[in-house]
Amino acid sequence: MKEFDFGTNLGGAWFPAPIFTASGCASSGKELAQFFALKDIGAVVTKSVMTKPRYGRPTPRMAETPSGMLNSIGLQGPGIDSFLANDVPWLLEQKARVIVSIAGETVEEYSTLARKVRGISGISALEVNISCPNVENRGLVFACDPEASRRVIDGVRKTIGGEIPIIAKLTPDVTNLPSIASGVVDAGADGLALINTVLGMVINLETLRPHLGGKTGGLSGPAIRPVAVRAIYQVHEALPNTPILGMGGVSSGRDALELILAGASGVSVGTASFGSPTAIPTIQNELRDLLIAKGFNSLKQAVGYAHREVS
Amino acid sequence: MSAINKSAQQFLATIVSNKRVGQYHQIILQVGEIVAACKPGNFIAIAVGGDNSRMILRRAFAISRTSHTASFGGTLELIVAPHGSGSKWLCQQQEGVELDVVTPLGTAFGIPTEPVNALLVGGGYGSAPLFGLAEVLKSRGCRVDMLLGASTGQKIYAPMEGKRAVNSLRIYTEDGSVGERGRVTDPMWAMIEDGSVDVIYSCGPMAMLRAISDLVNDSDVVHQCAVEEAMACGIGICMTCVLPVKNENGSTSMLRSCIDGPVMDGSTVQWDLVGQIPEASQ
Repeated sequence: MKEFDFGTNLGGAWFPAPIFTASGCASSGKELAQFFALKDIGAVVTKSVMTKPRYGRPTPRMAETPSGMLNSIGLQGPGIDSFLANDVPWLLEQKARVIVSIAGETVEEYSTLARKVRGISGISALEVNISCPNVENRGLVFACDPEASRRVIDGVRKTIGGEIPIIAKLTPDVTNLPSIASGVVDAGADGLALINTVLGMVINLETLRPHLGGKTGGLSGPAIRPVAVRAIYQVHEALPNTPILGMGGVSSGRDALELILAGASGVSVGTASFGSPTAIPTIQNELRDLLIAKGFNSLKQAVGYAHREVS
Repeated sequence: MSAINKSAQQFLATIVSNKRVGQYHQIILQVGEIVAACKPGNFIAIAVGGDNSRMILRRAFAISRTSHTASFGGTLELIVAPHGSGSKWLCQQQEGVELDVVTPLGTAFGIPTEPVNALLVGGGYGSAPLFGLAEVLKSRGCRVDMLLGASTGQKIYAPMEGKRAVNSLRIYTEDGSVGERGRVTDPMWAMIEDGSVDVIYSCGPMAMLRAISDLVNDSDVVHQCAVEEAMACGIGICMTCVLPVKNENGSTSMLRSCIDGPVMDGSTVQWDLVGQIPEASQ
């Protein structure tokens, strides 16, 4: 029997397995390394990093919701220089594949970040997070605005040249996601990360006020999985040749398979790692077994399978 | 490998006993050899609600005591207040049930190398891990005094056998129903002034920890406090449980109470900035 091919490709970057961490849900990998070898999963997608160190939003930053949670972290992080000097070399020493995620407040900041990332060897891909919901000014969610999205990706593309694939991370909180997706692909994105969290709010019945310090937060977990499946399906239908890194509420191998059938070439696991530090390797093994049980010879065969006509 | 979570493992632990103690539940878990890595101050994160639970996040509980017995091997004791949906579910679980746990997590109370005068201060069921700590301090030759406080007597957790590990125990309740009417901080300044306290170990509500920090601010007393902040993951990846902590160079970092805590040096926590961001306060 031919050996099952679990490898995947995202915009020219190859990965031996299709399950990744999700940006913002694995910090820079050190915390999870106690529970599994980072080299055994597809890649570590690091927490979106900005130019300067950043405190993030005030606490409370978290509220559990039915089959989900809201977070309002606000991109707390060490800043790009410390991150590239300390975190990336450590990940590469672990033989992990690394996708660096960047976030900026301006089009120029994204280009500055891309320039710094370009100077470091060994990075598999660059995720451009233009959809973090936890910024002070909702106007800064570039991915809600087709023109702003295009300008960010265009700037990053010009800075980074053809050296590293660019993956644009988009929000489902828009009226016409395929049109935003087309815009960033035209501007030079090699792939798309779908979906970021969905904007939500919880009101505390003791204080009778919004529970989170930042008032609004991003909803994640199994509650949003159908939104992710829909978003991936719609975008894959519109852009069948653009690779998609899918994410949103995946907590088992069957969940990951749903996203792959909808059109994802790889799947990030985020909130499930909060509930179980070994979620990622478990999901990866379950997915492999499930694909083989369904008769697929490779992961690639299953990507977008749900779009095929029933014969 | 990194140093973060370096002793932690995820495994199934069997409940060997679950008893109601006043308003709380005392739950004993069989954990095997890992008990040797569990220190006073460390915590355990437990998946709740069963396989199809809509509660997707673990619940964190302080390890109140560890032991090693012939019949069960290594065991951990937890004192759980059935307040939220997750802790209520846990308190309903019977002997023999297997729980998905991650432990030991977080920092532990620092144990002095020389015998010192230790004051242990607990608020509500925050007293639970202090009894295990008291036994360790006692075995190192420390004098151990304890102050426990709560709004009302029913919320005081003070097991009989625990009392034997301390030299003195005073209880304060706000309604005066048990012990003296008042707060644990009432007698503290006098104790500090007469030099009978070298180290304070505290566990309980954040307001109590802050009040103790304010009290010891102008003294030489070291204050190790176990903080409490809402956590999603317990292992350092979600960044929700942060507290503003002063660095040696005077700057402030938002540190995770799961991996840089729960035990922190009370003098470094920027209590007035909790719930804010440092930039906004300047």
